Amino acid sequence: MWRFVTPLVLFGLLVAVFVKGLDPERNLNELPSPFVGKTAPTFDLPGLKDPSTRVGTALYEGETALINVWATWCVGCRQEHDFLLQLSREDVVPIVGINWRDNRDEALRWLAQLGDPYVASGYDGDGRVGIDWGVYGAPETFLVGRDGTVLHKHLGPLDRRIWEEDFMPLIDADGRGGK
Amino acid sequence: MKPRQQRMLAVGLAVAGIAVAAALSLRAFEESMMFFVEISEVEKGNYPADRNFRVGGLVVDGSVRRNPGELEVAFDLTDLESELTVTYSGILPDLFREGQGIIAHGRLNEDGVFVADEVLAKHDENYMPPEVAESLARHAEAKEAAMEAEQQ
Amino acid sequence: MIPEIGHFALILALALAICQAAWPLVGAQRGDAAMMAVARPAAIGQFVFVGVAFACLTWSFLESDFSVLYVANHSQLALPTMYKISAVWGAHEGSLVLWILLLALWTVLVCRFSGELPQPFAARVIGVLGLLSVGFLLFTLLTSNPFERLIPAPPDGADLNPLLQDPGLAIHPPLLYTGYVGFSVAFAFAIAAMLSGNLDQNWARWTRPWTTWAWLFLTVGIALGSWWAYYELGWGGWWFWDPVENASFMPWLAGTALIHSLAVTEKRGLFKSWTLLLAIAAFSLSLLGTFLLRSGILISVHAFAVDPERGLFILAFLTVVIGGALGLYAWRAPALDSAAGFRPLSRETFLLLNNVLLVIATTLILGGTLAPLFVELFTGGKISVGPPYFDVAFAIPMLPLVFLIGVGMHTVWRSQPPGTLSKTLKYPALVAVVLGIVIPLFIYGSGSVLLVVGVISAIWIMAASLVHPIRSWRRAEGSTRITRGVLGMSIAHFGVGLFVLGVAIVSSFSIEADRSMRPGESIDVAGFSFELRGLQNVQGPNYQAIEGEVDVRRNGEFVTQLRPQKRTYLVQQSPMTEAGIDAGWNRDLFVALGDPLGDGAWSVRVQYKPLIRFIWLGAFIMAIGGIVAASDRRYRLTAPVREAQRKLAGEPA
Repeated sequence: MWRFVTPLVLFGLLVAVFVKGLDPERNLNELPSPFVGKTAPTFDLPGLKDPSTRVGTALYEGETALINVWATWCVGCRQEHDFLLQLSREDVVPIVGINWRDNRDEALRWLAQLGDPYVASGYDGDGRVGIDWGVYGAPETFLVGRDGTVLHKHLGPLDRRIWEEDFMPLIDADGRGGK
Repeated sequence: MKPRQQRMLAVGLAVAGIAVAAALSLRAFEESMMFFVEISEVEKGNYPADRNFRVGGLVVDGSVRRNPGELEVAFDLTDLESELTVTYSGILPDLFREGQGIIAHGRLNEDGVFVADEVLAKHDENYMPPEVAESLARHAEAKEAAMEAEQQ
Repeated sequence: MIPEIGHFALILALALAICQAAWPLVGAQRGDAAMMAVARPAAIGQFVFVGVAFACLTWSFLESDFSVLYVANHSQLALPTMYKISAVWGAHEGSLVLWILLLALWTVLVCRFSGELPQPFAARVIGVLGLLSVGFLLFTLLTSNPFERLIPAPPDGADLNPLLQDPGLAIHPPLLYTGYVGFSVAFAFAIAAMLSGNLDQNWARWTRPWTTWAWLFLTVGIALGSWWAYYELGWGGWWFWDPVENASFMPWLAGTALIHSLAVTEKRGLFKSWTLLLAIAAFSLSLLGTFLLRSGILISVHAFAVDPERGLFILAFLTVVIGGALGLYAWRAPALDSAAGFRPLSRETFLLLNNVLLVIATTLILGGTLAPLFVELFTGGKISVGPPYFDVAFAIPMLPLVFLIGVGMHTVWRSQPPGTLSKTLKYPALVAVVLGIVIPLFIYGSGSVLLVVGVISAIWIMAASLVHPIRSWRRAEGSTRITRGVLGMSIAHFGVGLFVLGVAIVSSFSIEADRSMRPGESIDVAGFSFELRGLQNVQGPNYQAIEGEVDVRRNGEFVTQLRPQKRTYLVQQSPMTEAGIDAGWNRDLFVALGDPLGDGAWSVRVQYKPLIRFIWLGAFIMAIGGIVAASDRRYRLTAPVREAQRKLAGEPA
């Protein structure tokens, strides 16, 4: 008799292991960013529109700001672009772009066609700043507080719901940034 | 044969076969299993000395170097806390590039250089090998903490 | 509008699938013929609506409707039409729709060809298939809607992963899924049999052709995948023991065992509970593979995108389906003891050994595939298990198996007189030993013990497979015409021999050289001289490439020119290696371009692969054997012929 039950028991054990294996802590999307609550890395990049200007930490010192990592090759960036445009019109916080591992001409064409939600975008063609910021993939958005700490990090495209739930409370708490 | 004997024969054969298979394959398993060792752990000396292991991290920008025209290549890997020099003689995968997360198989030589016999990159641009992502997250945090401690 | 129609069609398909599951299963339990009669129309309706959904998705790709998120992520305006179609199943959401479509198609075929089955049995089979459809449709609709909109639409899409832009990979998933899904028919037959409590030999006879068809599609699908990996992943390996490959190989092994054990159950009424268990296992391993790849629980270089929510859903589904089946098995199987006996030297024994060895192989591969997960959960360490483990773990049960095949083919049921057996096998054994020594030593010039053993076993199987066909041919006028079943078996086993020969020679005599080459330089590999003549830029539809021109000569005589490419796909800016291959029946010459090394030099990989084509040829011949065996008259009579005869005679079916 027992031999007919054995397969069921073995399968049960396997399922138990799988349940443990699906533990969100093992999952990439759920990984807490190492930067949240820490001082944000500084950066200083050549501007996307005019390489002789500099775009970096200095631009938003003492303000609450959104750092958005984007690229023309990423569909998620296209997905969140219109929402970013809305945000920039609402003028809640300045949005600083990091154009990540991209082609400068294509990036400029993209902004010309779709509109430019950014205060300015830095050009990170070789992804160096992306490494400092621990970027896994585009789009990624960091919320940096007035004292320069990272308040929140979001992987993937932004939308209104995520914004209202995850970002707005933190921005309010940070004193709404503007000088 | 009676059914009982049949069953005995079947069970006997199965048990004998499984025993032999298990012994041989456990040995093969022992030999071909590779641990993933984080770069910071390699630096501390916590790695298997006499066998191959895997390391993973980001290829440091500007660190890929080779003598023009030669196959041998060297580059640095980082977990955002420590760095490790890797040498490899062979053809790098298509998606190998600076800033990309990669995994290498091989062992450490006496000079503390990781001699790779295989270098792997994910087949998808936007994807980081999970071990690498996890290791990066942990060590970036450790580094931040260390820097803060210095500042105070 | 079209995407919404597709989405709506999926919802309607779900509703019909629920009917297809509920009414017939309940009806069969109650003996209510009207309820059971719902099975066929509901299944056909479900198929129609899934077909509509699939067509809508395909249409969105062909029209480049980037307002559909899935299309925007996996297509592009400049993508060639063929790949716009194959992009439909190029990623998770669409491949799931394909899976559902194939499941519905198998179900419709079951409806069509089950006229001879008792009504409650047919109703249960279709009902169980309906349950599976419900699970997969829910999975799609709840976690992976392929019709999700992206408004406003981007002007262009993100392109299909360049690796998937290849004819081999365009048709690989449909064939593979046809195989996976086909095992669900065997599974449904097993569940139906256990539900009815009536496990006679008819059950095995009905199941056999379905299982054989599923198995042969899986065989071709896996072979195509291996072929694709060989030329498209760029580096000339044909099997990597990657979790993705193992996920398709484990159901294949279990399915192979099932085909053989079904033979015993059909002919002798033995191994009933074991056969049931294998039917459950073959399908469960297909599901398990899907789970492992789509949940991100295992790490693979070419797994689907990771999503824990999907993982949880499939795990729940898996638990219900497999857990339920095994529970039913624990309850019903004990009643299935058979009293018939057999002697140690008989076909039954050999088929039993075949099953034991195949199951050992499956278990060892499953163990190696899951080992990283177990080690991480129990020790926290992260490990990977390399191909050497799988090579050894697979070879251990396979070496005895290949020797046993030759004998097993020529034994008879119940009891085999040893004398006739040795008379039959004398010549194949002689041929195998002679050629097994001659081929490695005189054609290839060397040979290790393992190689000689490998070649002997390969020739042994091939020679033994020829015995039945040759005998039948020599007395073609006589009474003992070979049956399709025996012919199919002989062909399939001959394919196994070819495969083993290919593997043995490729793994011993492949030559591989990574070099730095400048234009004008040449290297010698295996008696061929490869000269890099020059490099030039080439423009493709959605990529740019650098193409090398490599002249191959043997003893100064021109053999061929190879044109390996290094492509850069424009949208994703991702590089791809396109190898230059000269395929011959007895060897492949392979050149791939690596990277520019500076100073005008390129890294180049040159390979000589003897008999590598035999590996895939062997697999295709196995599949042909499957077709021949499945077309045996014995099964055809159970199918449309008899139904048609009845119709002609004006009888009610």
